[in-house]
Amino acid sequence: MKNKIDYNSDWNLDPAPESIGHIKLKSKYDLFIGGKWVKPKAGKYFATINPATEQQIADIAEAEQEDVDAAVKAAKKAYDTVWSKLSGKERGKYIYRIARLIQEKAREFSVIESLDSGKVIRESRDIDIPLAAAHFFYYAGWADKLEYAFPNRQPKSLGVAAQITPWNFPMLMIAWKIAPALAAGNTVVLKPAETTSLTALKLAEVIQEAGLPDGVVNIVTGYGKTGAMMVDHKDVAKVAFTGSTGVGKIIMKAIAGTNKKSTMELGGKAANIIFEDAPLDQAVEGIINGIYFNQGHVCCAGSRLFVQESVYEVVLRKLKDRMESLYVGNPMDKNTDIGAINSKKQLDVINEYIKIGKTEGAEIYQTKCTLPKKGYWCKPTLFTNVAQSNRIAQEEIFGPVLAIQTFRTIDEVITKANNTPYGLSAGVWTDKGSKIFNLTSQLKAGVVWANTYNKFDPTSPFGGYKESGHGREGGLHGLEPYLKFD
Amino acid sequence: MSRIEVLKTYKIYIGGKFPRTESGRYYQPKANGKVLGNICLSSRKDFRNATVAARSAQVGWAAKSAYNRSQILYRIAEILEGRRTQFVEELIQQGSKKAQAEKEVNLSIDRLIYFAGWCDKYMQIFSAVNPVASSHFNFSVPEPTGVVAILAPEESGLLGLVSQIAPTIAGGNTCVVLASENKPLCSITFAEVLSTSDVPGGVINILTGNRKELTPHFGRHMDVNALIYCGNNPAEIKTIHEAAVDNLKRVIIRDGGGYVSDNYESPYLISSLQETKTTWHPVEKIGAAGSGY
Repeated sequence: MKNKIDYNSDWNLDPAPESIGHIKLKSKYDLFIGGKWVKPKAGKYFATINPATEQQIADIAEAEQEDVDAAVKAAKKAYDTVWSKLSGKERGKYIYRIARLIQEKAREFSVIESLDSGKVIRESRDIDIPLAAAHFFYYAGWADKLEYAFPNRQPKSLGVAAQITPWNFPMLMIAWKIAPALAAGNTVVLKPAETTSLTALKLAEVIQEAGLPDGVVNIVTGYGKTGAMMVDHKDVAKVAFTGSTGVGKIIMKAIAGTNKKSTMELGGKAANIIFEDAPLDQAVEGIINGIYFNQGHVCCAGSRLFVQESVYEVVLRKLKDRMESLYVGNPMDKNTDIGAINSKKQLDVINEYIKIGKTEGAEIYQTKCTLPKKGYWCKPTLFTNVAQSNRIAQEEIFGPVLAIQTFRTIDEVITKANNTPYGLSAGVWTDKGSKIFNLTSQLKAGVVWANTYNKFDPTSPFGGYKESGHGREGGLHGLEPYLKFD
Repeated sequence: MSRIEVLKTYKIYIGGKFPRTESGRYYQPKANGKVLGNICLSSRKDFRNATVAARSAQVGWAAKSAYNRSQILYRIAEILEGRRTQFVEELIQQGSKKAQAEKEVNLSIDRLIYFAGWCDKYMQIFSAVNPVASSHFNFSVPEPTGVVAILAPEESGLLGLVSQIAPTIAGGNTCVVLASENKPLCSITFAEVLSTSDVPGGVINILTGNRKELTPHFGRHMDVNALIYCGNNPAEIKTIHEAAVDNLKRVIIRDGGGYVSDNYESPYLISSLQETKTTWHPVEKIGAAGSGY
């Protein structure tokens, strides 16, 4: 391979930065409770920073017990007096308004999302924000059609939903939470992740602009402690959480013995399986998209790659070549493929796993790209010579780190793929249809991508088997967790 | 001189076989002041053995055609019908009035037939083809959760038991059941029905014993995917919820009573023990969407 392009020299593209002059951000954000901006009772704020520059963007309020109480109270009042009395049709119209306003402000939302989270503008612009708007649009239409979703049953709303969202797809995960909750007739107290609160607070402005009745959606910011107060609150009827399996278990323990309904979207360690008869170039794209999309901060990331032995050498070579062509750097540049790691804390976790991988005897490969001096960065990384028992093959890293194993037979790869406490997603690459259906029916995972990877849609149910959680988000199936039946 | 009656040794049912408990222990539940028998006081080890049997049977059971599962459930009903007098007698022995006992047996048979009918139908009710905006074919289907542990209702020794087992296995799951502690006779006879009904060994495993002793183990086992708790003891419910967290098993709480009602005839009892699996595949050029790799 003498004539390979050196992507770090003559292949450099001119900068193509997205302008950030048009966005409107405050320097300080209070809590959004009962339709108004309210100062936190204890007066505490924390900084949210841009992980690509380590510069502060704004101060965010930290909600304490009194603030959480006020938010739940506002949500309960809104549920009892307004929202539960409204017809499904009218509820739906409010949700449609929110969808439209997000679309109108899509550019502003994407820029803020990329600034606050470190994800590349190409992804926030083309994936996160349009999908968030689509989610509201999809569920808006369900609000007056709930009785058709569950034949022979009478669906009823639950009450106040406490929702806690993660930092990897901040705005999109908020949409996944709020849209079905409102369509089903519930009111909401939502806490975004502490490192990525800005789009949630921007959404609060949209909610005001949409004229949604006061208290139907309340947004409180803060750390895990704030989330725990929401989960424990006696007037909360429903807990929806997306995050790590560890925290999910703490929440499940906390609500044990109560009547609180729960949805848990937790961790994953997905197998992405490449057969010798796969379209290899497409498969390599799928591997890249599977693990390096969004810096690998994806619960359904294809973090375990299984390659059939006969094509291992060629796949590995193609994969390394493709990895070298990835642009890592400024998230605001439209050409960038991989942005900043979301936080210092997460970068430490990833680096620790890279160290573990080496200590366990796996062989590391990282691309030759140069990283910016400021900010949090991780080179696209892969490990070969990985054993099934290695921690990098068992535990969720939540970063751009791929663990590669090989296999000979279908039965072998199914056993290996299913040998994990997780069961969120999986990928299969082969040109043989019967093989796809054999695999997809045997893989214990909530989402299986065949000859594609990391695709999402509001109409498509998403959620895990086993320790990846319970309940589904998206589609008709995503309504059930927000309803009860006589 | 009247004939000396032959008394029955009651056993448990694991992997299609009838062992006594490995612990060698027994207990003597009473009804109308009379001891019902020397019933196996199953141990944690029995439960673990039963779970191993249920796990090994699960893949094969789920892989059977829905039509075949349907016929097997129907076969259970047929055999139960043939042994109805024995069940009626046992229910009377356990304290039921004759009319009540006959009704319970009739409903149990009918309920099996009801769920036999659902085996090849619920999939269509709960599946979806999802109209995604990109150029992909996308569909969602229910799949069995896996191994289900069932703490069967205490009050309804036959109908309650059947009402929990039928929707569980109709959906391709296998199960380990702890029978009613004080009314265990029908559960053991029901196991004898199962063993002559084409149900593969391990699909249904039935233990008798002390509920209080076994409940925490049912909650905690790491290879059980879901747990049905029948009853309304708040302390037990909390214990179950907490124990279930270790491997995030699905917990279903069903009130102890009301088995005569139509509430226990619903496909939603099947869907509550199903996972939803969504599959994506690219489609070349659907309309304006372009190809969707």
